[in-house]
Amino acid sequence: MFAVTAAALLVAMGLAMCRALLGPTAYDRVLALNNIGTKTVVLIAVLGFLNGRPDFLDLAIAYALINFIGTIAVLKYIEYGDLGAPSRPDGRETN
Amino acid sequence: MDMALTVLTWALLMAGAFFLLTGALGMVRLPDVFTRMHAAGMTDTMGAGLILAGLFVHALSAGDQLVAVPVRLLLILGFLWFTSPIATHATAKAALSGGVRPFTLAAAESGDLPESAGSGEEPGGARQLTPPGDGSGAGQSGEEQGGASS
Repeated sequence: MFAVTAAALLVAMGLAMCRALLGPTAYDRVLALNNIGTKTVVLIAVLGFLNGRPDFLDLAIAYALINFIGTIAVLKYIEYGDLGAPSRPDGRETN
Repeated sequence: MDMALTVLTWALLMAGAFFLLTGALGMVRLPDVFTRMHAAGMTDTMGAGLILAGLFVHALSAGDQLVAVPVRLLLILGFLWFTSPIATHATAKAALSGGVRPFTLAAAESGDLPESAGSGEEPGGARQLTPPGDGSGAGQSGEEQGGASS
């Protein structure tokens, strides 16, 4: 049953990768990559059970942390053009 | 008892796989980034939640390492359920701030909102709606949104 779940995860990741390659805006690509990262977390956990090595759950926790921080960093860079800028460079109010 | 737990694990894993595939299909077929966020959020919440719940039941029924494995599964689940809405909200905020319009609003402003705008019939077309035969086919939301800009 873990193999079936892992196959479904791989198919879903392939569809999300299609959206990441096709996506017309950068936000589509970021959303698809964040989704692929979430599915990777679940896939690592499922593979740990599939191989009988639940130690993989530590890797899943670490990957969840990295995925979230990476997504937020990329989105902040896209929105502000700088990772350290407190507001927009043209002085416009952010909503 | 053991059989019931196995059946419960199967049911949870297959329900999670169903939600994963549905959300992935929505991410490919829905028309713009805001509607795709809906599909992605469903994948994060229900797909990952049900699959991790299935693994949780399996780890409880296996019985070995009773502390380590279920606690780590709950940690992963809680972390995903906290971070996924934050990431989705940040994506929506960045997209709105970056000038992406929701596709019904953009279609209403350009005056070519078809009657079935919410069905998402275009698999690859992002905000390219099929032009209707005449301008009078705009829906109710198109009337109220288009009136302000024109």
